[in-house]
Amino acid sequence: MSDVILEIKGINRIYKDEDNTVEALNDINLSVKRGEFISIIGSSGCGKTTLLRLIAGLDKPQSGKLLQSGEEIISPDPSRGYVFQQGGLFQWLTVEQNIAAGLKARRVYKENKHKVAEYIDLIGLNGFEKSYPHQISGGMAQRVAIARALINDPELLLLDEPMGALDSFTRADIQDKLLELKRGNNATMILVTHDVDEAIYLSDRIVIMTPRPGKISEIMEIKLPHPRHRGGVEFLSIRKNILEKFHMASAYPEPEYRI
Amino acid sequence: MRISYKEPSPNKGRLNINFIAVILFTIAGFAAAILANIFIPQISAGVKIKDYTFGGITLNINSAYRLVLAALIALYTAIGIFSAFDKDRRKKYKKRAQFRFAAGIALALWDLFGTKLQLLPQPFFPGPAGIIEAFLSESGFVIQNTLYSLRLFAVGFIFGVAFGVGTGIIIGWFPKAYYWLTPVLNIAGVVPAVAWMPFALTLFPTPFTAAVFLIVICVWFPVASLAASGVQSTPKAQFEAARTLGGKTSYLVFHVAIPHAMPQIFTGINTANAFAFTTLVMAEMMGQPGGLGYYINASKVWSAYYKVFAAIIVMAVMFSLITKGIGLIESRVLRWQRGLVK
Repeated sequence: MSDVILEIKGINRIYKDEDNTVEALNDINLSVKRGEFISIIGSSGCGKTTLLRLIAGLDKPQSGKLLQSGEEIISPDPSRGYVFQQGGLFQWLTVEQNIAAGLKARRVYKENKHKVAEYIDLIGLNGFEKSYPHQISGGMAQRVAIARALINDPELLLLDEPMGALDSFTRADIQDKLLELKRGNNATMILVTHDVDEAIYLSDRIVIMTPRPGKISEIMEIKLPHPRHRGGVEFLSIRKNILEKFHMASAYPEPEYRI
Repeated sequence: MRISYKEPSPNKGRLNINFIAVILFTIAGFAAAILANIFIPQISAGVKIKDYTFGGITLNINSAYRLVLAALIALYTAIGIFSAFDKDRRKKYKKRAQFRFAAGIALALWDLFGTKLQLLPQPFFPGPAGIIEAFLSESGFVIQNTLYSLRLFAVGFIFGVAFGVGTGIIIGWFPKAYYWLTPVLNIAGVVPAVAWMPFALTLFPTPFTAAVFLIVICVWFPVASLAASGVQSTPKAQFEAARTLGGKTSYLVFHVAIPHAMPQIFTGINTANAFAFTTLVMAEMMGQPGGLGYYINASKVWSAYYKVFAAIIVMAVMFSLITKGIGLIESRVLRWQRGLVK
């Protein structure tokens, strides 16, 4: 349980165009243990998605290194599954075919056919196998996206605000599903979110990032046992703690309004 | 006051009286056209009624015309009976009843003014029975020319679509190809294909291959430019998703970019289809040894306008069937879009 699966060492990522230079990430260091659930939270523009894309291999840092089990990450790999905010599903494929896409892309579909039905079971979409993405709800679509990423048995599952566009009931439902899946195959998950409750509910550690330049301001360990109670005293005190930090950490404190 | 409750009519059901009336109404127009043809005497002397014999059956233009009307009656009755057992089909059939009735009446009037009275300027506007004479007097020749057109269209269209989809994907995928080929496509593409006719006729060994060339280039332009834009408009997230799933370049092209471009490719094919009909007929009128366009030209020389009309009718039927066929392929390939785009 204690071995390090992901190591991020001194990452810098700068976006430049003709008249603008944006320091998206500045000296990021983080190591993630196998089986951990990490959430990265922060206000928009703090570079959390950039960091996740670097881990996936979809982007490259200007300096610093990302190592997965000691090997440098240079390009996307099925061992690191990625769930996109929305719109990541292939519209022209059915639920079943979307889930099987990873197997087909790796040309291992024939010997793993049975896994498709297993994953459909797992995400509870029986009866929707032949539906197309536009025919199912947003929550179902994100469950399909998660199953599609998991079918390749990734070591790391990277989740980029997968519940961002969902209503709070569907959101809670998928959060529980994620925990269940994590228990099931002891996957390591890294979640980018701007929902503090979601981060506390799911994570072993919460990475708090601040913008301009994007950097890690604090890493918090959440030691509450699962299942966590969203309204519990400890939960709420952690929540208050984080929200206060955010207020303090904000580069531009929000103005106070009085009536 | 009593309120009576009426059973809602079920989706499936027996042939009910109302619907039988709808069927009768639909075919009444054509029946009227038959009766008009039988009972109205030939008043004008300008029409010579000749007998043609086909394997023991003797037909003249009037009896052939009545046969066609009878066939239409049989067809619409059959469709009516077939539609009677389904609510949606019944609705559709009922909606079209007025038009079909009117079509029959229009035929009757056309027959009256075109053939019986010959009040329309002759020989430019023959009656419906007069047009049928083309099929009686030289059916073999009409069929031969129809097949020539069909073959020319099929070869040109299939090659054009294949070529267009191929180049479109290359242009959409490789930025270099886009840079160098798009201006060529945009400049060459807007020129009507028939303008290349003189070159085509000298460059290609036979008139047939020359016409195929013209159809290929007129199909190529819309298909290629729309296929290219379909590939280019694929969201980055879709490629990234495929890459994180382990997809390599070939997967990105064949399983992401091309399926994503399919709706646009079909838009291109439908546009190309209309271009191809025009190019086909023009090419045939300008220098082909056969085809419906050639037939029109050859008939015009003899002022046989009824044959021109016959060729036009064959074209209308043939081109509608082709368009319908392409539509069927499209709805099959793009079945995932059903309910998504309306």
